[in-house]
Amino acid sequence: MLKVQGLNVSYGDLQVLWDVSFEVQEGEIVVLLGANGAGKSTALKTISSLVRPTAGSVEFLGARLDQVPSYGVINYGLAHVPEGRRLFSEMTVEENLILGSLTREAKAKRKKTLEWLYEIFPRLKERVKQPAGTLSGGEQQMVAIARGLMSLPKLVMFDEPSLGLAPIMVTEIFKIVEMVNREGMTVLLVEQNVHHTLAMCDRAYVLENGRITLSGTGQEFLNNDHIKEAYLGI
Amino acid sequence: MEVFFQTLVAGVLKGGLYALIGLGMTLIMGVMGIINLAHGQFMMVAMYITYTLFHFFGLDPYTTLIISMPSLFLLGLVIQKFLLNPLMKVESILPENQVLMTVGIAMVLTEVARFIFTSNYLSVRTSYSSSAFYVGGISFSVPLSIAFILACLLTLGLFLFLIKTDLGRSIRAVSQDSGAAELMGIDSAKIKVITMGIGAGLVASAGTLLLPIYYLFPDIGGPFTTKAFIITILGGLGSTVGAIFGGLILGLAESFGATYIGMDFEDLVGLIIFLLVLLFLPGGIRRLTKV
Repeated sequence: MLKVQGLNVSYGDLQVLWDVSFEVQEGEIVVLLGANGAGKSTALKTISSLVRPTAGSVEFLGARLDQVPSYGVINYGLAHVPEGRRLFSEMTVEENLILGSLTREAKAKRKKTLEWLYEIFPRLKERVKQPAGTLSGGEQQMVAIARGLMSLPKLVMFDEPSLGLAPIMVTEIFKIVEMVNREGMTVLLVEQNVHHTLAMCDRAYVLENGRITLSGTGQEFLNNDHIKEAYLGI
Repeated sequence: MEVFFQTLVAGVLKGGLYALIGLGMTLIMGVMGIINLAHGQFMMVAMYITYTLFHFFGLDPYTTLIISMPSLFLLGLVIQKFLLNPLMKVESILPENQVLMTVGIAMVLTEVARFIFTSNYLSVRTSYSSSAFYVGGISFSVPLSIAFILACLLTLGLFLFLIKTDLGRSIRAVSQDSGAAELMGIDSAKIKVITMGIGAGLVASAGTLLLPIYYLFPDIGGPFTTKAFIITILGGLGSTVGAIFGGLILGLAESFGATYIGMDFEDLVGLIIFLLVLLFLPGGIRRLTKV
């Protein structure tokens, strides 16, 4: 479904991704693991065309996303829930969600999608008229996820959705990610929270210093000595 | 006491027009992150359009709104698309250079106006230019009252547009986080072009509404760019609600300054308030209203 090949990305003189290739099949949950600064977020930003690769290609359902402007990517059915949530904090929860459904198809189904999401996130329904910036961290993350789902995407990319949340909220957010997948959407997840993610994912890749160093199924990873040592601390 | 109320009324009516000037400036500030130093000059161009239509075609100054606003909207679009947006694409160019570009645009507009119309003072005299009606002993200037009502309607229209339509929401989204807006499928370069058009259209309406009670010459833009800047600072940069209050405060300050201190000190009072706000309320009114 999504095929990333030989990606090189630089910020000025600093190269952050080196020949990165990975794939996501339809219906999967795929996790991109890695430490801070390994290039995980950059990989997602490159897929969303927010950053341009110096070499390599991003193919999604047969279309070359690396040649599409960043605002055009959502039209292909790919939603990006960015790191740090990036809500429109002075706008209400509802306005944030509406802004997630600007594509023609999503706009036509806007009302229905809103109802569906309020069913899934009853806490957001109570806060529809509240400015998004006044919500708790967990609630803001829910708004960010819901805003991504408003475009009715085929693939959703989550960039560290558990970052900075209380443990109980982290569990909740991962349940939501699994729910999204059950609803028929493919998931590409970037995380540092290895315990949770390896248990629920189909496949995983490890990104170290801008290079993919390991790939396999979640189970293989949980039994891998290197992963155990470096990421699970066992 | 009557003088006080008279001054108050005059200040509020003028403030309504200033709000229009400030709203355009603050929208541009919010979305582009730059101060548009050609703002008063946009207004000057609109005033010349109104003058020409009045003088040569005999149109009523207020009906020329339907021509002056779209014209300036187009001028704003063209300037943003071909002069300002290209500057953003070159990373080595600082955002400050866009501000410098607006200074250059302001100069060109002023000199083109001087070339066509010379530096003579012009004015638009209508049958109702100096007429007034009285409510409880206080006089309301007819042209200023018409201008105020139209300004209120335009402001209301702008807010409905910003709150109720997808395009309006997109403009607010870009001003809050343009990167996130791109992820939502919003073309921020296009939004910038549209916003510059709307800002220019708004200040055009203020110019047209002001002309029957004011006079016109090519350098009139400069003082109004300053006023627009003061209003934006008073309101809190990028705040639309703040711009309305900023406009009213400046209108009142000038009006009271002119009555109680002296006509010559009208502009001075506005600038003193500007300094006081910078010193004691650096965030402007936005700090108080939070919107």
